[in-house]
Amino acid sequence: MSANHKDHAALAGQFNKDEQRVDWHDQTLWWVRQKRDKAAHQVADWEQLRETASAIKNNTLSRLSEYLEQFEEQATRNGVTIHWAADAQEHNEIVTALLRKHKVDKIVKSKSMLTEECHLNDHLEQQGIEVVDTDLGERIVQLAGEPPSHIVLPCIHKKKEEIGELFHRHLGTPEGNADPQFLTRAARLHLREKFLTRRIAITGVNFAIAETGEFVVCTNEGNADMGAHLADVHIACMGIEKIIPERRHLGVFLRLLARSATGQPITTYSSHFRRPRKGQEMHLVLVDNGRSVQLGREAFRNSLKCIRCGACMNTCPVYRKSGGHSYHTAIAGPIGAILAPNLDMKKYADLPFASTLCGSCSNVCPVKIDIHDQLYKWRQVIVQEGNAPVAKKASMQAMNWVLSHPSVYHTAGKAGRWFMQNIPFAVNNRLNPWYKQRDMPAPPKESFGEWYKKNKSDKNK
Amino acid sequence: MFMRVGLFIPCYIDQFYPQVAVATLQILERSGCEVVYPLKQTCCGQPMANSGFEHLTGGCNELFIKNFAEFDYIVSPSGSCVLHIKDHLHSDQAAAPALAIRSKIYELVEFLTDILRIEKIEARFPHKVGVHQSCHGQRGLKLSQMTELMAPAFSKPERLLKLVEGIELIELDRKDECCGFGGTFCVAEEAVSVKMGKDRVTDHTLHGAEYITAADMSCLMHLEGILERQQSPLKVIHIAEILNAGRQESPSPDKFSNA
Amino acid sequence: MNSREKILAAVRQNQPSFVELPPMQSPDNPGIPGEPTGSAEEEDLLLKNFQAVLESIGGTLFVVPGFGAIEKIVRERSVADARIVSTCPELSAVAEIDIRYKAPQELADIDLAIIRAHFGVAENAAVWVTEDLLPERALPFICEHLAVVLHRKDLVATMHDVYERIGSADYGFGVFIAGPSKTADIEQSLVLGAHGPGTMTVFLLDMDASDSQ
Repeated sequence: MSANHKDHAALAGQFNKDEQRVDWHDQTLWWVRQKRDKAAHQVADWEQLRETASAIKNNTLSRLSEYLEQFEEQATRNGVTIHWAADAQEHNEIVTALLRKHKVDKIVKSKSMLTEECHLNDHLEQQGIEVVDTDLGERIVQLAGEPPSHIVLPCIHKKKEEIGELFHRHLGTPEGNADPQFLTRAARLHLREKFLTRRIAITGVNFAIAETGEFVVCTNEGNADMGAHLADVHIACMGIEKIIPERRHLGVFLRLLARSATGQPITTYSSHFRRPRKGQEMHLVLVDNGRSVQLGREAFRNSLKCIRCGACMNTCPVYRKSGGHSYHTAIAGPIGAILAPNLDMKKYADLPFASTLCGSCSNVCPVKIDIHDQLYKWRQVIVQEGNAPVAKKASMQAMNWVLSHPSVYHTAGKAGRWFMQNIPFAVNNRLNPWYKQRDMPAPPKESFGEWYKKNKSDKNK
Repeated sequence: MFMRVGLFIPCYIDQFYPQVAVATLQILERSGCEVVYPLKQTCCGQPMANSGFEHLTGGCNELFIKNFAEFDYIVSPSGSCVLHIKDHLHSDQAAAPALAIRSKIYELVEFLTDILRIEKIEARFPHKVGVHQSCHGQRGLKLSQMTELMAPAFSKPERLLKLVEGIELIELDRKDECCGFGGTFCVAEEAVSVKMGKDRVTDHTLHGAEYITAADMSCLMHLEGILERQQSPLKVIHIAEILNAGRQESPSPDKFSNA
Repeated sequence: MNSREKILAAVRQNQPSFVELPPMQSPDNPGIPGEPTGSAEEEDLLLKNFQAVLESIGGTLFVVPGFGAIEKIVRERSVADARIVSTCPELSAVAEIDIRYKAPQELADIDLAIIRAHFGVAENAAVWVTEDLLPERALPFICEHLAVVLHRKDLVATMHDVYERIGSADYGFGVFIAGPSKTADIEQSLVLGAHGPGTMTVFLLDMDASDSQ
């Protein structure tokens, strides 16, 4: 584990110092999970729909290069300029070059986790370009100088009083006003001025259709549209895995996306962009940034099916009780833990271990990614690649030796039971983290093995 | 129906909760099985595999196969251990026996329900009981329906428990949220692990449980650790002990205690 | 090799072996509903569901026999100097029909825009609007209040049905609009009216409907 940053366990430990706040965060996200359940119950054959979505994505990954070329051909024919970025740096450079070409140094941006992954805002700001994030949650964390903690609910970790304070400082709203209605109205006025004056808008992409070259952007606020339809240049940024084969497949994905994410039947706006507006330039940047590598990992390629709904985060008890920032990466939670090690195995070696492998995530995933199986498999890869802590490796080897030699295991004796000295949660030592907040049962007079020998071992003759 | 059953007892039950193993043995014998506990068994290898050291579990695998290949069935009062064997047991030298074991190993509740097809239980446990749905048993072995799926509800543990005289099962706010044990997670991510356990305990407490039961002693050990530290009157008890309760020969924890 | 070649080469090399697309509408795939029967009961249910969902997401529905009724409702609910525009020539008495502007920003002071939609989807109360129904793409987003006129016969049950109807239509821009713009970003408190319109009204044209609602 790198010494340069705190790992999930340390960050989660920090987060848990304020138990009331953890309860608030946990209950809020559990409520979102419950809304998802309610919405899913209302769709006949929800499970079949998940299976269909999963199968469409399986087909997509198996023909990804062909679909990408088809998409490029169709989109280009429609008047959209397609750019290809091998990594985050190139993506940022392409976007910057477009802004420079148009001599623009103030832009609006709607939600795009891809741009978050590429740290686009930081890059643009270093070039002297002002970026205003227009999604309310994103704008809030932008004003706070923080990254979003959840891919769909960016400031779920912030209380309304804190948001009120931010708005008072940056927008001039009255001190102490924490009314969501009032604050949202203030944000509307503040951002409307940006929409009306910015000439370039950046959006994300939820789905890109190979068949027609169109792409779909889903929002509740209407901010992607307010940006794009008023700007002279619309730049859409997407990961290459966001392709789906045919327009009619949107029927499947748009039925699943919002229900899985927030429990709504659909987002307020599902905007299908196909051609630029008359006189407008439309650009789309296709980004690899490690995706083609992940595609080659047989055990982990299914993580590329992700449609970024966030359902796995809402259901994950570890995410709910540790917060998105504990994952120290753009995309947190269960899906983040199987995507990030591909980008930097050393830096994110801790993430697949930030889980009890309960399996809830895999079963809310609308495209049936086997998340919890992949978490287990990443653990094996991480250890094999030498990223496990030395102490752990030594104790595991010792454990393996003893457990392979029953005579040693069984002759540990009552007094100094080998078990109690070596199995992590049983180590009989007040320094063992187990004992911080839990007791351990006193060892009984005799083990089951000993009882059995005394009472039943005629069976073993 | 004569069955020769190999009893597989996880290390922490062997060492800390022997009464659970005794109850399991008694239930199986009473149901007409011949039960044998291979004395040379140690561990299924799960703690190592889940920590990323699956490549070190070869010794455990070979030992497991050696100990258990001969039986008609292998039964264990532990959902997570059984799931691990079902999913991961393999051997280059003994490939066929390994495969065979994976299809004849059962957790106790599923063995009683699906193989022995128990319809009656002569046990008495007149208490309010909260059922903790251990994750590996539930989502892995399908012991009960998970709330994530839009599918008909069912619960093998609850069905068996309802056959016990005097028992009252309580409702919960979150029927199948993880307790936070998770193997080495319980010490590597101590803060979150304990928080998860405390939240489960609160759910049961608020709904008036006198006992929390489960098919996995690891979950219960973790919850018990929290309950004891809180000096709570709530107790944990493995489902095998409830299904064997109120009988003269049933072992109580006190029989084994050093006190 | 430029990035395009690099990326495509890497993807081509790493993509798994071919997996077929699943069947869509078929008896084996109950998740995708079959052809509508067109029965009166089904149409009734479509309307009921559409209305229930629209109201649950903060929208308002009026079933009207014609544009006369729409005009009446608009008059009753508007303030004196509101700027009302419409793409329906039938509403010239209450709205600006010939919307004059040079740049889309000039539409910012529109209080109410009344437009048409091609289809409405009962399962989520979304209406489908394409560029050909709009003088400007920004119109349904920039106005303070939005109203949409839809024919009852253009209601369908699910998203699969609506994409069947849309088929391979050649639009430059299209959007599903479901209710007023909204956000719940502040402590999950739902607020209607984020950056798009704060209200959304659907006028459902039904020749058999009565005048009084």
